[in-house]
Amino acid sequence: MATTDYALTHAPVSPMLAPRLTVAGEIAKFARTKPVGAVGGGIILAMLAVAAAAGTLAPYDPYGADYSLQFARPSVEHWFGTDEFGRDIMSRIMHGARIALFVGFFASFLGCTIGGLLGVTSAYLGGKVDLLLERVMDMLLAFPQLILALAIASILGPAVHNVVIAIAIPIIPRAARVVRSTALSVKENVYVEAVNALGARRTRVVLRHIVPNVVAPYIIMLTAQLGGAILAEAALSYLGLGAAEPTPSWGLMLSGSALSYAEKAPWIPIFPGIAISLGVFGFNLFGDSLRDALDPKLRGR
Amino acid sequence: MRTYILKRLLLIVPTLLGVAVIVFLIMRVIPGDVALMILGGDDGGQIDPQQVAAVRRQLGLDQPLIVQFGTWLWGVVRFDFGDSLWTGQPIVHELAIRLPLSLQLALMATFVSVLIAIPLGTLAAVRQDTWVDYVVRIGSIGGLAIPSFWIGILCILFLVIFFGWGPPLEFTPPWVDPWVNLQMMVWPVVTVGYRYAAVTTRMTRSTVLEVLREDYIRTAWAKGLRERAVVVRHALKNSMLPVITLIGTEFAFLIGGLVVTETVFTLNGIGRFVVEAVAHRDYPVVQALVFLIAFSFVMVNLLVDLTYAWFDPRIRYR
Repeated sequence: MATTDYALTHAPVSPMLAPRLTVAGEIAKFARTKPVGAVGGGIILAMLAVAAAAGTLAPYDPYGADYSLQFARPSVEHWFGTDEFGRDIMSRIMHGARIALFVGFFASFLGCTIGGLLGVTSAYLGGKVDLLLERVMDMLLAFPQLILALAIASILGPAVHNVVIAIAIPIIPRAARVVRSTALSVKENVYVEAVNALGARRTRVVLRHIVPNVVAPYIIMLTAQLGGAILAEAALSYLGLGAAEPTPSWGLMLSGSALSYAEKAPWIPIFPGIAISLGVFGFNLFGDSLRDALDPKLRGR
Repeated sequence: MRTYILKRLLLIVPTLLGVAVIVFLIMRVIPGDVALMILGGDDGGQIDPQQVAAVRRQLGLDQPLIVQFGTWLWGVVRFDFGDSLWTGQPIVHELAIRLPLSLQLALMATFVSVLIAIPLGTLAAVRQDTWVDYVVRIGSIGGLAIPSFWIGILCILFLVIFFGWGPPLEFTPPWVDPWVNLQMMVWPVVTVGYRYAAVTTRMTRSTVLEVLREDYIRTAWAKGLRERAVVVRHALKNSMLPVITLIGTEFAFLIGGLVVTETVFTLNGIGRFVVEAVAHRDYPVVQALVFLIAFSFVMVNLLVDLTYAWFDPRIRYR
């Protein structure tokens, strides 16, 4: 009995672990087979490094206004120039990476985790619970992502943690749908039937046998949503519903006054836009390649 | 087909009802008193309690929740969304002013993007792994990563610096002066359309690639057909279905694109109306707009599904 149980619980968890490789080996293999994904990973690592070391890396205080330096052109002292308050744009972009990553990561993590848990519950319990949850998810899916985020952000008020919630909620039904469909097919596997026959408790079946098998779509969803979440944060901040001045949020740096000084200081709206695009680009490349590596069936959608 | 349409139409009703409930509830879970927020009292100022009571009465907030919902829903059914708190005008009236612009922008962006994207995507697929393919792919990945409001900002920056042009303050409808209207719309269409074109190009490329591996394509080649005939008549025709579905899923991004693009170019459309209503705490307008946007999203997807079923009869038996 004990041996059977051991074999069942230690069955290959997911196809991606099939050839036993170390973590380093796995990463090396990913970089070799998916060079584009590795480029994306490199951009993400660079962004993480800048965000982590923004305090020491940034040459100036991102909040430090200096009116004698208003609208300074890009120069050796100020690589990306200064804004209308004389703040160093490069320092603000470096600190802005923290906000972009914080919001991007927590919003997609929250959205995918809640959605994933709902998806697994829905699939495993089935019946009326499944039907009800599915209908609620359908209703949430009826809202365009940005519009729902906008409505939620407008009632929560402009603050970074509210933006996280506003972006996370529209992700929930999308993650729930993907995870539910995988969980449904996992549930039909013979080994799940076997564990059920052995008299395992429901929580054990779900946690030890279903959850490990939906990890791959969960991670795919998580990385796929990251770029979108960073874009959404930028859009909300641009519209004045995200972080409030003087927070160095990339979207906020592009909003309002940035365009009215277009003639005088065109560098103000250029560099934050490059930062957003590069960050999202990195996450998209990495996410796409990770999806191909983890689940070739999901390609193209 | 008829039963399929009927089934889909019946399923729409509970979804829309649920959408109405969600919109209504979102606007009711506002932390604090809506009336106070509208009057600006949450900032700590002194507010006359009589004024608060008046606003509450005007919004019907003194009624029980279920009565409020019933009143609102009954209004929605009769296409009466109440009055804007900011302008005092009926919301339907305000909508009518702004809808033509957004509609024109959305349709033009869709049309132009699809017109550019399908040939580009097909070309990239047929010339897979050549420089043409790489250029198209890089361009379309960019469309997914570059925020559309930044593209708009770059357009304005470019126009201001090189032509001394600023965004016009008033919208000229196409039926007044089509040429002036077109000049106004070109850059917003580029801004909204880039993402759309990028996604459609990617989708076209991947479906054409898939179809090109089918047996009947090999047969077409074996028959000695010219490349043009194989690609256009056999491959492209059969890869159009996923592209049609894309119109449905991309509608959400189209609306998001309208919101930011109209803000960048200060165009007085539905998208900017949403942003302004949020800024002015004009909750009846926010509620009406969010509901209408969700409503049109559901309808567009229904139409797309029906078109899909019409083109591909297999879908109905699933």
